[in-house]
Formats: sequence, structure tokens, C-alpha cells
Amino acid sequence: MMDRQSYQPQSRFAQFMDKRLPLMRFFHNHILSFRVPRNLNYFYTFGGILSLMLISQLLTGLVLAMHYVPDVNLAFSSREHFSRDGQFGWLFAPWHSVGASFFFIAAYIHMARGLYYGSYKCPREMVWIIGMFIYLVMMATAFFGYVLLWGQMSSSAASVLIGLFRTLPLIGDSLAQWLLGGEAIGQPTLNRFYVLHYMLPSFLIILVFLHIWAVHQEGQNNPAGVDVRHQQTETVPFAPFAIIKDLFAISVFLLFFAWFLFYMPDYMGNPDNFIAADPLKTSAHIMPEWYFLPFYAMLRAIDFDIGFLDGALAGVLVLISSLVVLFFVPWLDQSPVRSGRYRPLYKFFYWLFIADIVLLGWLGSRSLGQEGSSVFLLWSQIGTAYYFFFFLIIMPFLPKFEKNRPLPDSITQEMTQVRRGFSLW
Amino acid sequence: MIPKNSRAFSEKGDTDLSQKNTIKQEFGAASGVRESVNQHKNRSRRDFLTLATGITGCCGAAAVAWPFIAQMRPDAASQAAQTLEVDISEIETGTSLIVAWRGKPVVIRNRTMQEIEAARAISLEMLKDKQARNANLELDQLAHDEARCAGEGRENWLIMVNLCTHLGCVPIGGGADNPGWFCPCHGSTYDTAGRVLTGPAGQNMAIPPYKFITDGRVKIG
Repeated sequence: MMDRQSYQPQSRFAQFMDKRLPLMRFFHNHILSFRVPRNLNYFYTFGGILSLMLISQLLTGLVLAMHYVPDVNLAFSSREHFSRDGQFGWLFAPWHSVGASFFFIAAYIHMARGLYYGSYKCPREMVWIIGMFIYLVMMATAFFGYVLLWGQMSSSAASVLIGLFRTLPLIGDSLAQWLLGGEAIGQPTLNRFYVLHYMLPSFLIILVFLHIWAVHQEGQNNPAGVDVRHQQTETVPFAPFAIIKDLFAISVFLLFFAWFLFYMPDYMGNPDNFIAADPLKTSAHIMPEWYFLPFYAMLRAIDFDIGFLDGALAGVLVLISSLVVLFFVPWLDQSPVRSGRYRPLYKFFYWLFIADIVLLGWLGSRSLGQEGSSVFLLWSQIGTAYYFFFFLIIMPFLPKFEKNRPLPDSITQEMTQVRRGFSLW
Repeated sequence: MIPKNSRAFSEKGDTDLSQKNTIKQEFGAASGVRESVNQHKNRSRRDFLTLATGITGCCGAAAVAWPFIAQMRPDAASQAAQTLEVDISEIETGTSLIVAWRGKPVVIRNRTMQEIEAARAISLEMLKDKQARNANLELDQLAHDEARCAGEGRENWLIMVNLCTHLGCVPIGGGADNPGWFCPCHGSTYDTAGRVLTGPAGQNMAIPPYKFITDGRVKIG
């Protein structure tokens, strides 16, 4: 997907470097002259947005780490002190936490786009799988970071997560002890979470590098889902075409980001996290950060025993399976057609799936166990059932019944169809 | 590859060329067989060495990895069994005290008569978990209220680890409409003896080992 011969070192220094460490050539081949399909839409700009958000999180995290004290008695106040009295603390503290939310917004759109246009299908399976590892590491990092705030919700989040491990038979209790470094959440826990929160982004950088490498191996997928036939007419170089488009999308994205950052920095947080942590108490309405809510809803949807598994363990296994199943998507989906645009039935189930995730997220934020909450529980169970139905039944078996719309012969043909208003998505 | 006994031939020293050639030819025929035998021997020896080195290496790696893993476990101070003495004479009927024992909240509740009666009104069949989960009693003790409270004459005292057996949140006790405990995390409810009634929790809340020193003092742990 790239013109390997196009790089011509100009200056003496460039020629010197090109023989010894061809960094510029690498940069040129993989960024400037890398060719992308010309029919990419704005959903394909989220890779660039995510790269920017990662850099933003790394930089603001570096700043916050300089002002944070990982001590159970000082953690909460050191963070509050920095955000109120520290130099530019008002900017960096919410930048990092709002940034985490927007990182996840971008990641979810990026993943949903991949799921719709079949970007995980042959030959891009590794792109999807590495992406899933990125997602897992992102979740772990976000979780550790949330605990570092050391508010009431933070400690509840930590005890619930460790509780997940406790449900495992035989090894559960000793595993939980090993993770916490004590019988309950305490100084050892905070210390190690701080270190892990700082260390995991390094893995993230490596994984992002592998992710991009895997994309560049075969080139990007495109909304039509058909392979590039003719490089010169169907692809454009990344610079300047994709870069300008990415920059425009980044600007729009940053408008939303700035709106939240400057006008409602705590909108996506939980007010209870402004109370310092007390491991002897749990807030009345605990919930995780919004980006974990669908999984949280699935975890607590299972309040009954499944066979010999008791409810708690079954819930944890459902939670784990909901993540593990994502790794198998490239092989679960049996349709030879990549893009959902040409799959009328898949399109329906896909949007139902997106609605299901939103519904599960909303249900995850409701509190259970009160008057009239059994309806939330029932819907959580229905939502969980559909989540797995989509991956385990729809993906492999739908292609047997689905008659897809005629595929375009080429990207060029597809683009003329779009211009005639054939299909927007 | 020259077999060891080839030295016998070469040490014979100067012989005429034709003789040397015949020796070589004779030897050549045998050496094909010998070489393959030796190669085979060598291969199995090499395999053994590779395997042995590999196993030794793995053992070494595991031995080095273990301290890295084990250092995350609780330190000696928190591993040592902690005991805690609590003055409970000030706890009035219908109120409770929460103390931290090994970092976990332990609730000491002075139950009202209504609470005790409410707990006794619940038959074993209505319970999700029929085990008493009382560290002071036998493991197979059933979850009658008598096996949950502090024993005869102390039916009003309920001392238990106040952690939901689902995922370890701290259940909230003593609401007006629900006199037992309610876990805010995933909605498990417990009765006035800390036994799970509904929700995802699978076990009754645990009763820690404890001993009454006097009527007003209890030693937990």
C-alpha cells in the first residue's frame, strides 16, 4: 500500500542518516506517502483522534504524577490541592479525567466503525485483535487511574473489582489478597495501582505501534469493504489528504472536548468521588465510570445460579466472556461481505446491538434492590442475552439466510453510486 | 566426522599411495554406517542436553520469578493474626458499632427484640445459604438465628464481617422498611441475622472468630 521508492533524501544529513538509520524513510513511507482508499468517510478519522488523545493523556498524566502523593492519607487531598491551588491545576486535573472519557468516546466510535464496515475481516484479523488488547489495557489503566483519586467511588470500584476475583473458586481469596497486598484495600493497594497506572501506558504505546503496523501491512479497509484495485485512481497519499481531513475532524472533536473540559469538567464524574475514601463504607449508589457501565450491567444481571455455578461466579464469568468474545469476532463473523452497507439484515442487528449497548449502559447506572427495580434487572438480563446472541448467533449464522446487496466492482464504482445517493452509510 | 578407530589407520604411517587408497575405500564403506550411527547417538545426546538445559533454565526463571510475584502478598505485619478488643457496653439496643478488623469492617449490633423475632420467623427453607458461616462453630452448622448470634443469653448480639459476599461492598444496615442489610452495589438484601435473602450474593455474611471477655468486652480475632 505504499510507494517504497518515493523517498529521496535531499540534504547531506538526510543522505547520511538514510544509510545508517533510515528513520526519515520510515516516517515518509508510513505516514507521508502511505496510501489510503479515497472513499474513507469521517468515521475513519478516529484513529488519528485516538493517537492525539493518547498523547494528551500521557502529557497530562506526567504533570499530575508530579503533584500526586500515593499515600492513603494524602492521595485525595494532594489531588484536590493540586486542582484547586496548584499552578494550572484547574486545567490539568480535569484535562486528564475528561480526557480519559473522551479517549473512550473516540475508542468506542472507532470500534463501532470497525464492527460496521467489517474492518476485522480477513486479512485484517490482527488489527482487530491488537485493538482488543489496546482496549483491555486502556480499561485497566483507566480503572487504576480512577482508584488513584481515592474518593468514595474509587475505593468502592477497587473493592468491587477485587471482589470479582474473590468469587473464583479455591484460589479466589488468596488471589484477592495478592492483588490488594492485604486483607482489604490499603496503602499497598494504592501504591501498586499508582505504579501500574504509570507503567501500563508504555504497553499502550507499544500496542498502538503494532496496531498501526498491522493496518499498514494490508492497508486500510474502506466503507465499501472492497479491495483496492488500482492504486493510482483509488487511493490517495496520507499527506496531505488524510492529514487535512484528520485535522478537521480533530478540531471538531476538540470543540466538544473543550466544551466539557472548560464548562462542565465533572459532568461525567460521580459526585460521591469528592468524598475521601473510607474502606469501611460504601456509597449508597455505586456505579463505575460511564465507559464500564454496559459491562457492569451484564455483571449484575446474573443474580441467579447457572447450573452448579453460583450467581456471583456466573456473573463474573459472563463479564469475562463479554470481553473474551470480542477477540473472536474475526472468526465468528462468517459473512464474506465486509461492509455492513451491503448487508441489510446485519445492518438491522448491528444497530440493535448499538442500542443494546446504550440500554445496558443506562441500566448499569440504575440502582437495584429497591422498589420497582426488578424491571431494570429483567431488562439487564434481556440486554445481556442479546449481547451474546449478536456475537454467537447472528455473526456466524446470519450469512446463511442473508442475501446481500450487489457489491460494487471497485471503489471507483462505489463512489459514483454514493454520489447518486444510493446509500449514505 | 572421523570415528575414533580411524586413528589406527592413519597411525600406520607411510604406506604407498595405492595401499592408502584401498584402506580408504575399505574404510569408506564402513564409515557410512558408522557415521549414521554416530549422528543418531549425537542427536539423542544433543536432544538430552537441550532438554536438560531448557528445564534447568525454566527452573531458574521460575525461581527468579517467584520473589517478584510473592512480594505483592500482604506483609508480615498484616499477615500476623490481629486481634481486637472492643468495649461494647456503650452500644444501646437497636444501634451498632462498626470497627475495622484486619482492614475489614466488622459490625457489632445490639439487636432489638423485633429484629431477633424477625430473624427467627425466617425458616431455613427461605434462605439461599443454609450454612451458618460462623467461624466459632462447626463448618456444617445450619444457619438458624441461634447459630448466627452470640449464643445463649446473648441473642441480642450479632457480630459479623460487614462485607457483601457477592463482591465485597459494605452493605448498609438498619433501614426503616428493611431492618436487615442492603448492599448498594448489586442489590443483595440480608435479614437481621445477616443471612442473604435476595440478590446476587451467594453466602451469608461471615461471622469472625470472637470471644466475650466480660459482658461488656469482646475480643475479635
